Amino acid sequence: MHDKAEPTPADDRATPRSGGTGSRHDATAPGVRTVGAGDSLPHDSAHKHVTGAAIYTDDERALDGELHLAPVLADIARGTIQAIDTTTARAVEGVVGVWTAADVPGRNDTAPVFDADPLMADERVSFFGQVVAVVAAEDLDTARRAARLVEVDATAEDPSLDLATAFERGDHLRPPHRQERGDPDAALSSAAHRLSGELVMGGQEHFYLEGQVARAVPGEDGDLWLSSSTQNPTEMQHLVARILDRDMKSITVEVRRMGGGFGGKETQSAQAACLAALVADATGRPARMRLRRHDDMVTTGKRHDFLGRWEVGFDDDGRITALVTDLVGNAGHSVDLSEGVVDRAMFHVDNCYFLPAARVSGHTVATNTVSNTAFRGFGGPQGMLVGESVIEAIARHRGLDPLEVRRRNFYAPVDRGDGRDTTHYGQQVTDNIIAGLVEEVATSADYDARRDEIAASNAQSTVLRRGIALTPVKFGIAFTVRHLNQAGALVHVYKDGSIHLNHGGTEMGQGLFVKVAQVVASELGVDVARVRVSSARTDKVPNTSPTAASAGTDLNGMAAQFAAREIRGAITTWLADRDDVDPDDVVFADDQVTVGERTLPFATVAHEAYMARVPLSSTGHYATPDIHYDRETGSGHPFFYYAYGAAVSEVVVDTLTGEMKVVAADLLHDVGRSINPAIDLGQVEGGFVQGVGWLTTEQLHWADDGRPTVTGPSTYKIPAIGDPPEHFEVRLVPDSVNLADVVYRSKAVGEPPLMLAISVWCAIKDAIASLADGAVDPPLAAPATPEAILAACDAVRADGVN
Amino acid sequence: MIRFLLGDERVEVDDVDPNTTVLDWLRASGRVGTKEGCASGDCGACTVTTVHLAEAPVDSAADTADLDYRPVNACIALLGSLDGCQLLTVEDLADPVTGDLHPVQRAMVDRHGSQCGFCTPGFVMSMFAWMHGEPTTDRHDVDTALSGNLCRCTGYRPIIAAARDVATARPTDRFDAAATTTAASLADLAETRADDAAASLAHGGRRWTAPRSLHEAITVLAEEPAATPVSGATDLALAITQDDRRFGTLVDLSRVPELHVLEVDEDRIVVGAAVPLVTAAPVLATHWPAVTELFERYGSVPIRSRATLGGNLSTASPIGDSPPLLLALDATVVVAGPDGRRRVAIDDFFVDYRRTVLAPGELVAAVEVPTPSDGWFLSVSKVSKRLDDDISAVCGMFHLALSDDVITDARVAFGGMAATPARARACEQALVGGRLDDATLEAARTALADDFSPIDDMRASAAYRTRVAGNLLERAVREARGEDRLRVTTAAT
Repeated sequence: MHDKAEPTPADDRATPRSGGTGSRHDATAPGVRTVGAGDSLPHDSAHKHVTGAAIYTDDERALDGELHLAPVLADIARGTIQAIDTTTARAVEGVVGVWTAADVPGRNDTAPVFDADPLMADERVSFFGQVVAVVAAEDLDTARRAARLVEVDATAEDPSLDLATAFERGDHLRPPHRQERGDPDAALSSAAHRLSGELVMGGQEHFYLEGQVARAVPGEDGDLWLSSSTQNPTEMQHLVARILDRDMKSITVEVRRMGGGFGGKETQSAQAACLAALVADATGRPARMRLRRHDDMVTTGKRHDFLGRWEVGFDDDGRITALVTDLVGNAGHSVDLSEGVVDRAMFHVDNCYFLPAARVSGHTVATNTVSNTAFRGFGGPQGMLVGESVIEAIARHRGLDPLEVRRRNFYAPVDRGDGRDTTHYGQQVTDNIIAGLVEEVATSADYDARRDEIAASNAQSTVLRRGIALTPVKFGIAFTVRHLNQAGALVHVYKDGSIHLNHGGTEMGQGLFVKVAQVVASELGVDVARVRVSSARTDKVPNTSPTAASAGTDLNGMAAQFAAREIRGAITTWLADRDDVDPDDVVFADDQVTVGERTLPFATVAHEAYMARVPLSSTGHYATPDIHYDRETGSGHPFFYYAYGAAVSEVVVDTLTGEMKVVAADLLHDVGRSINPAIDLGQVEGGFVQGVGWLTTEQLHWADDGRPTVTGPSTYKIPAIGDPPEHFEVRLVPDSVNLADVVYRSKAVGEPPLMLAISVWCAIKDAIASLADGAVDPPLAAPATPEAILAACDAVRADGVN
Repeated sequence: MIRFLLGDERVEVDDVDPNTTVLDWLRASGRVGTKEGCASGDCGACTVTTVHLAEAPVDSAADTADLDYRPVNACIALLGSLDGCQLLTVEDLADPVTGDLHPVQRAMVDRHGSQCGFCTPGFVMSMFAWMHGEPTTDRHDVDTALSGNLCRCTGYRPIIAAARDVATARPTDRFDAAATTTAASLADLAETRADDAAASLAHGGRRWTAPRSLHEAITVLAEEPAATPVSGATDLALAITQDDRRFGTLVDLSRVPELHVLEVDEDRIVVGAAVPLVTAAPVLATHWPAVTELFERYGSVPIRSRATLGGNLSTASPIGDSPPLLLALDATVVVAGPDGRRRVAIDDFFVDYRRTVLAPGELVAAVEVPTPSDGWFLSVSKVSKRLDDDISAVCGMFHLALSDDVITDARVAFGGMAATPARARACEQALVGGRLDDATLEAARTALADDFSPIDDMRASAAYRTRVAGNLLERAVREARGEDRLRVTTAAT
C-alpha cells in the first residue's frame, strides 16, 4: 500500500501553473496583464463564514409586523380533497390567516416548463406531503402549531409508487425520446457476445444545510421585494408574478447567498417564495417562509431515481458493437425539469465509450411521489452509471480487467480518422483527452501493482475483501435547453476607483462570486479587493438563467468580462486620445494604468475619467455559440465542450455484513485553465464525496402508503467526516486548456467531478466479485448500502458455486 | 432564574418558556451566526461551546484542567441547561478589539474549509472546543471530534487539514489567557446558586426546575405525576422541535449529585444515570475494550456530551445501542422512587415497545455493569448505513463463557430485531455446550432465526436484519477463535 498523504495546504497542490501575475491568459487583449485570475484566493465570504457574519435569508432581521408561515401537508399520497376546515387553526391566538389554492389570485402553478406543479393542491393530491394550505402567524411557533390544526378531509386512492410498474403501464409524463445510430438490432444479432441487464438507482436528497427559505416585503404600487434562497432569481420573479397575476416589473428578487443548492433550489425554491409573496401581498405585511428540515425533505424534489435496462453486443476483446438501452426516470407527480434530466441521462450513457450502433430511449415516468428535480449532474450520473455497469458486465464476462475494457472502448482522437470519435447523438468529441488522463492517474495511483496486491490479499482473506476501480468521466457542458445559455453582467467603476460587480449568477458556496471578481479584476488590472461582488438582483441584471449546469462561471464570467472590457475600452480610448499615445500603450496592470511613459494609480484614473465624463458603467451579455440539438432526429451538437476526469478508488468490504469503507481515492480532473485552483479543487473534492454519498449511504425510502420515511438526518445519511478516505489525492490536470473559447480557457467544474464517485461503486463491485474470482458480475444496486452489498455478495457466492 | 455567562457577560433569565432551545433563544436575541440545519442534533450547524469549571459536580470525571470546553447542539439543548456555565458562540471567537480571527477560524480560511458557509460556524465551535481539550493530528481523533458536524460542500478534506493545523500548532488563545477570570466568574455563579433556590424557568404556566438532590427530584416527580424528567434532553428535545410538543413541567436531573456517581469496585462499575456518555464510555471501555468502537459510533461528541445511560434505558428505544450491551453484560438497573431504591435485573427492565418497569415517580438512578470475569469473551457489533453517527439497523452483543473452546454460558442480545432490545434465548441455548466450531455456529444461526421476527423499515429490511444478525454471530465466533481483520472499521489502513 502506498504512503498516506501528508496534509498539504490546498494552495500548494492547487497551482500546477504556479501563482504570480504573469500573462497566462491568451484570451486577453494586448496591453492587459491579468491580476487575480489563476490565483487561489479564498472564497469571498470565507472570513464571514467563520465568524458567523455571513447573512443568510433567515438571518435577516424581521421587519416590524413580519409574519411567519407554516405549510399544511397532505397526509395521503393520492386522492381528492373534499374539504379543508381552517376554523380551529384560525382561532389560535396569533394566527393571521390561512390560505388555500382558492386564494391564489393568479395561476396556481409554479411549474417551470410544463404545467401542473400547483402552489397548493387544488382538489387533487398527487404525493404525500403536498402543500394543501399555508398558515400565517405572528410567530413561527404559533404558525406551526396552528398548521397541525387545519383539517383536510380527503379521499385516498392507492398510490402508484413503483417505477418499473408505472413504466410498464405507460405512465409517461412526456413522450419518450430516442437517439439512434446505425442498426442496433442487426448489430446485436450479429454480435459475438450479448448480455443484458437492469440497474436500479436510488434518488438523492440535496440536503443543503440551509433549508428552503424566502421573505417577501410589500412595497408601493403592489410591488414586492423578495429575499430568496434560490439558484434561479428570475424564475422566482416570474412565478411570483404568475401566481399574483402581476407583471415581472412589479417583483424584485434578491439573492445574496445560499447555504447550499446543488440543484435543489433551481425550481424547488418556488414554493417558499410564492407562498411568502402570496401572504405578503394579501396582508400588506412582510412574510417569511422557512421550511423545517422535515417539511423540506417531504415537500421538495430530489435527484431522480432511475431504472436502466440494457442489452449490449460486443466482440471477443470486449469492444461494444451495439447498445440498446431504456433509461427510465422517476419524475414524481409532475414534469418539473424531468424531461431535461432524462435527456441528460441519455447524453451520458456513453460516458467515454464509442457506441458503433445504439438505440438510447429516455422515459419520463409519473409516480405519486414528490416531483424530482435538478441535482448536480442532472441525470448525467444516472446515465453514466448504466454505461459503466455495461462495461463491468462485459469485463466479467470476458475475464478482463474492467479498465482494459474501458480502454478498448474509449472514443478515438479525432486525428485517428477511424470515425470512432462521434457520440450516438452525433456530436464529434473534438477535445478528447480521455486516454492520456486515464493513463496518468493509473500511473500516479499505481493501479496495476495495487490491483495485483489486492488480488493476493483477497486470496488470504475470507471475510474482508478489497476492491479497486478506475473510472473516467466525460461530461457535456451547456444547458441542453438552448435559450438558457446566456448571461448578463453589470459593472460599475466608481469615481474613487472601487468597483461594483453584479451578474446573473448566484452564490451557493461554489465560489462563483470570487471567480467572476477575479475575471473583472484581471480585465481592469486591479486588485480583487477593489471589486465588491453583490447579491444577484433581478432589477440589476434581468432575465437571468439559473445558476446551474455547471455553467455559472462560463456564462457570467464571460458576461462580466465583456462589461469590464467595455469600460476598459472607454478609458483606453479617452487616455490614448488625451495623451496622444497608441491605445496599445495604455496598460492596466498592478492596480495602475500606464499611459505611454506615465503610470497612474487606478483610482486616480477612475476619478479623472469621471471628470472627463467617460462612461464608467457597462453591461455585458454573453450567449454560448455553436449549440443545437434536434429532438426529432435525436442528434445535434448540444454541448459547447466536454469536461473530463478520472479516479482510482479502493474500498474494503465486509462480506458478512455488507459494511464498506473507502480506503483510498486518487482523482485527476480537468478544469482547463483554472481561474481559481483552490476553489476548483474544492468543487472536485466536494463533488466526489457527494457522489460517494449518492452511491453508498444515502437512501430514500417510502412506506407502502407513499409516506416518506426518511425525513431528516437521523435517517438520511450523507457522508460524515469519517467517510472520505485518509489517502485522498486530488489534482487538477496540469497545463490544460479549454479548446472552446470560454473565459480564460477555463472549464466548468460544478457537476462533472460528482461522477468520479462511480469509481467507488465499481470498486465495491470489484471487491464483491472476488468472492467468485471475478467471474461473476455482482448485481449491485445503487446506493450500495450494507444491505445491497450483502445481497450482491450472497448472489455472487450462490452464482459462483453453480 | 438561571444565570450563565454569554461570552463575558453575565446573563439572568427567568421568564422564558422552558421548552425554548438554546438555538432559538440565541437567534431570537440577534445572535444569528449559529444556524439551524435540522433541529434534531444530527447536523451540527447549531454547535456552540459551553465552558464549565472542571471541578463542577456535573463533570465528575474531568481531568485537572481548570476549564472544560464542550461542544453542544444548541438546537436540542434546553435553555435551562445553561445555568452555571459560559456559553460561547461563533461571534465570540474573533478578537473583539482587533477583529483578528481565532486560530481555528484562521485555519479554516487558510485551508478553504468553507464553501456555502452554513455549516461553518458549527465546525468552528466543535473545533474550538476540541482545541481546548487534547487535540492531535491523528485522523481518528479529528473524525471523532467532528463526527457530529455535517458538511455537504467540501467533502471534508480541507476541514480535516484545518483541524490538523490547529492540533499541530495548539496555539494559546485569548480564552486561555482569560481562563482565571472565567473560572472565577463561573465559581461566582456556583456560589450564587448555592445560596439561592434551585435553578428554574417559568413562563405561561410551564416550568423547568433543576433539583439538587435525589430526594428533591423524587419529591417533585411524586407531587407532580405529569412532570417529565429530563437530563441531556437529546431525545426529549426532539418532541419539542420535531413534533411541536410543549412540556408543562420539566425536572432536570442533570444537577443531582447522586446521579453522577461513577465508581469501579472489584466486580462492578456503577454508572450514575446522569453521567454523560462521554464520561462513562472511557471507564466502561477500560474494563470492556470491545465496547470502545460502539461508543465512538454512538451519536457524536456533542450528543455523547449530554446523552446518558439513564436516558437511553428510560426511553426504552428498540434501537438504542446501550441496552443490548447491558443485556449481554447482565447489568443491574438501580431504580429510585418515593419508596426508596430497588434493583432490577436488566432482563426484567424492558416491558414493551418504549415501556419499562419504571412506575410513576420512579427514575433510573444508576446502572451496575459487572467487570469482566475470567474466561468470558465479548463481541460487540453495530451495523448501520453510515459508520459514524447513525442509528443501528442491527446491534448485536455476544458474551460467551469459554472453557477449552467449549461454550459454557452465553448471553446474546440484539437491538433493532424486536420491539424492545432483547436477548436471543434460542441462540444462547444452541451455543451453550458447543465448541467454537462451524457446527455450533450453524446450529446457533438457525436457532437465532427463530428468536426474532424483525420488521422492514427505512434502515433495513426484515430479511437483511435476520441475515446480518446470523452473520454477526459468525463474526463473534470467528473473533472468539482469535481471528482478526474482520471489520472494515479497523482494516482501512
